[in-house]
Amino acid sequence: MELVFYIAAAIAILATMMVITRVHVVHALLYFVVSLLAIAVALYAMGAPFIAALEVIVYAGAILVLFIFVIMLLGLGPRTTTEERQWLDFRVWIGPALLGVVLLVEVVVLLLRSSGGLTNGVVVEPRQVGVALYGPYVIGVELASLVLLAGLVGAYHLGRRIPHREAEGG
Amino acid sequence: MPITWDAGYHTAKRKGDKVANFPFEHGLIVAGILFVLGLIGVLTRRNVIFMLLGVEVMLNAAGLAFVVAGARWMQPDGQVMFLFMLTVAAAEVAVGLALVLLMYRHWKSLDIDVASVMRG
Repeated sequence: MELVFYIAAAIAILATMMVITRVHVVHALLYFVVSLLAIAVALYAMGAPFIAALEVIVYAGAILVLFIFVIMLLGLGPRTTTEERQWLDFRVWIGPALLGVVLLVEVVVLLLRSSGGLTNGVVVEPRQVGVALYGPYVIGVELASLVLLAGLVGAYHLGRRIPHREAEGG
Repeated sequence: MPITWDAGYHTAKRKGDKVANFPFEHGLIVAGILFVLGLIGVLTRRNVIFMLLGVEVMLNAAGLAFVVAGARWMQPDGQVMFLFMLTVAAAEVAVGLALVLLMYRHWKSLDIDVASVMRG
């Protein structure tokens, strides 16, 4: 199972690299789905089957479908792909990429210098997660419902069409 | 009233299962690499949809770090945090995509630079 974890992690990293370098949005989304499925496998391998299932259902199933709906609503033509290719200039991305890699190297060095021990090869059952969620963390569940309601109201408010504005042409 | 969850019964039953037993730091390094990739995505792209995708990658990587920590100490808390993070990601992406639609309707472009001037 260790091998499964490392292979899944490698796939997730490669797929995420493809996500941030694609010029076509739909290609990037498909690579992101691959990345999420690989992370779900890694989560399952480390003994979190409930979260692995949620990763597939909510992230790959719901959030990515929302992205695809919006791309369909926008109706982007081939013009955007050539535009995107122009924007992805070497001089533009090399600076932020180098800074990000420097930060990553710092984190990796710090992590490798300390020893945190092995992960315990024990499955944390969905039942334990549920008991914790509705026991000590019940206030968090209430707050999560508030966040979702705020997101719903916000998305509806922003996404609605205003009739007189449309008539004026913008 | 302290609330305890039955950590012994259901895990003891599954002890025979094959579960990965890797160094804790390796999981955190994977999460760190994914986070930095998302950060680079946000920093380098000009298309708003790609920036939102980068934010999603970063949120996901942070959640992965929580679950790795949960696996290290055999506690469900890491997974509970991942659930909350999932909620925040869902709300964020709903509002973010509504803003993308609004932006495209106003400017007919997804370039973040057309929206760089505030009109107060």
